[in-house]
Amino acid sequence: MIISLDHYLIVAALLFAIGSIGIFLNRRNVIVILMSIELILLAVNINFVAFSQYLGDLVGQVFSLFVLTVAAAEAAIGLAILVVYFRNRGAISVGEAPLMKG
Amino acid sequence: MAEFYMPDFSLIPPEVLLALSALFILMEGSFVKKMSFRRSVHYGLVALGLALFYLIFQNEAGQSWVTFEGQIKQDDFIFFAKVLILLGSIGTLAMSVPSMMKENLTSFEYTPLVLLATLGMLLMVEANDFIILFVGMEMQGLSLYVLAALHRDHPRVSEAALKYFILGAFATGLFLYGISLMYGFTGATNFDIVASVIRAESVNDLSLSLFVGLIFIMAALAFKVSAVPFHMWTPDVYQGCPTPITAFIGGVPKVAAMVVFLRLMVSPFLVLYGEWQSLVVFISAASMIVGAFAALGQTDLKRLLAYSAIGQMGYVLMGIASGNDEGIQSVFVYLTIYLVMFIGTFACLLSLKGKTPEGVQEMEDLRGISLLHPRLSFVLAVFMFSMAGIPPLAGFFAKLYVFKAAISAGLFYLAIIGGLTSVVASYYYLKIVKVMYFDALPAVPSASHGQLLVLSSEIMVVLNVCAAIILIFFLFPNGVLELAQRAALALPI
Repeated sequence: MIISLDHYLIVAALLFAIGSIGIFLNRRNVIVILMSIELILLAVNINFVAFSQYLGDLVGQVFSLFVLTVAAAEAAIGLAILVVYFRNRGAISVGEAPLMKG
Repeated sequence: MAEFYMPDFSLIPPEVLLALSALFILMEGSFVKKMSFRRSVHYGLVALGLALFYLIFQNEAGQSWVTFEGQIKQDDFIFFAKVLILLGSIGTLAMSVPSMMKENLTSFEYTPLVLLATLGMLLMVEANDFIILFVGMEMQGLSLYVLAALHRDHPRVSEAALKYFILGAFATGLFLYGISLMYGFTGATNFDIVASVIRAESVNDLSLSLFVGLIFIMAALAFKVSAVPFHMWTPDVYQGCPTPITAFIGGVPKVAAMVVFLRLMVSPFLVLYGEWQSLVVFISAASMIVGAFAALGQTDLKRLLAYSAIGQMGYVLMGIASGNDEGIQSVFVYLTIYLVMFIGTFACLLSLKGKTPEGVQEMEDLRGISLLHPRLSFVLAVFMFSMAGIPPLAGFFAKLYVFKAAISAGLFYLAIIGGLTSVVASYYYLKIVKVMYFDALPAVPSASHGQLLVLSSEIMVVLNVCAAIILIFFLFPNGVLELAQRAALALPI
């Protein structure tokens, strides 16, 4: 079977959908949200590399390197904020009663 | 054999200066003991001031250049946006000193973070390529997440920072997914090439992936400018963060994101005008309506200002929706005046002590303060009247130009919705004035009710300059109008 561009795009779209659902339907844990964000960024990378190969143009692969770098920085900051949150609230579940509403 | 060209660094000294001074303050703060907070802020102000000075004196009207292989661009449009960003950052950084000291947020990292966020915003607006746009957007985004979480020992602050981070990171994901589809369709990330490919292809049928990409990019930008339906984070972040940091997060970055929104819509995606216009009309109308009605019941001042900001962004989007020269001009006038009103309002809040250590929070904290501080309450009343759009204050002209642009583009319904919602919104602006002027002081006032902070000269300067601009804009509107007009002419409409 030949793997065409469409297959890559479908995989990326599925990963993106799983990541989005993980952010909005997740009721348990904030760490899962951070993982979902990583999943979304990786879906984007698959898109970029697949398009880059398909078009014979290197810019897409360069872009995916930038995305990887920023994803690492984002994960670091996200975990740091999460640690601060945990120290203040003593829990990291999403269902915690929010302090601000309205 | 490929040839390599040295990019022309002589065109971007403001950016280089900001990056170097952020690193310098970090180094000095880490290795030289006892760097006082005030001193680090002064370094930052000097760096921003020099950057602004260089930017203004290097610029010649009507010139346009690209550098770094066409990835960075400057023309009158971008010049205006950069001046706004630098001025806004200078104002917010200067006025934050007394209340940051009072809240014991005196870590020297504050200034480098503000400088890096400003650098990111400059990169965002001058980008001529999706890669630079993405890197700039992340640079300001990541700095802002850290700024939001700067107050480490307060549960409400960390909750707000976490919300801000999660929704911001999700918006980044949407943005990147949109860019990847756009790249797949056009085969390039450079705005000029993207524009020419879309124009060439629009003779035939445009593929669906292009529209999906456009919608993803617009959704991400709507997140950044907090337009409905992507506004959920705004009230919580405004309320949760310490007030001086809210003043930074809510002011300049929104202006930068709005400029990027405008630039993308009218430069690479101009051919798709028919497609994006209805979407912008929808989010504009929804933002105005939510901004007007959701704020009515608020008693928390910062939450109220958050909904007010959502509404104001709706008016700016009306200018974008009209998509003509007049619209672009009105967007710039509106953003300038909005920034001045926003910074001025927060400067007023920052000069008062308030009941809690966090400063003024509730509307009750303003009860009857006109008796104690007639000048301060007069200035705050001026900003409120201006936000409500009452002539002859600057806010009225901002709204006037936006409505004119919308009507000239045939968007009558949008202009009518804008007029009606601004009537509704004036209720809560005037309520603040009423609380200050017509409510008696509380019978048993807490010790700090209506007390002023020890004000530094910086905050007084910011307050007076903002108030003066709002008050006398109608006498000298030409400077801003001409700059805005030149900005509009720099685009290919």
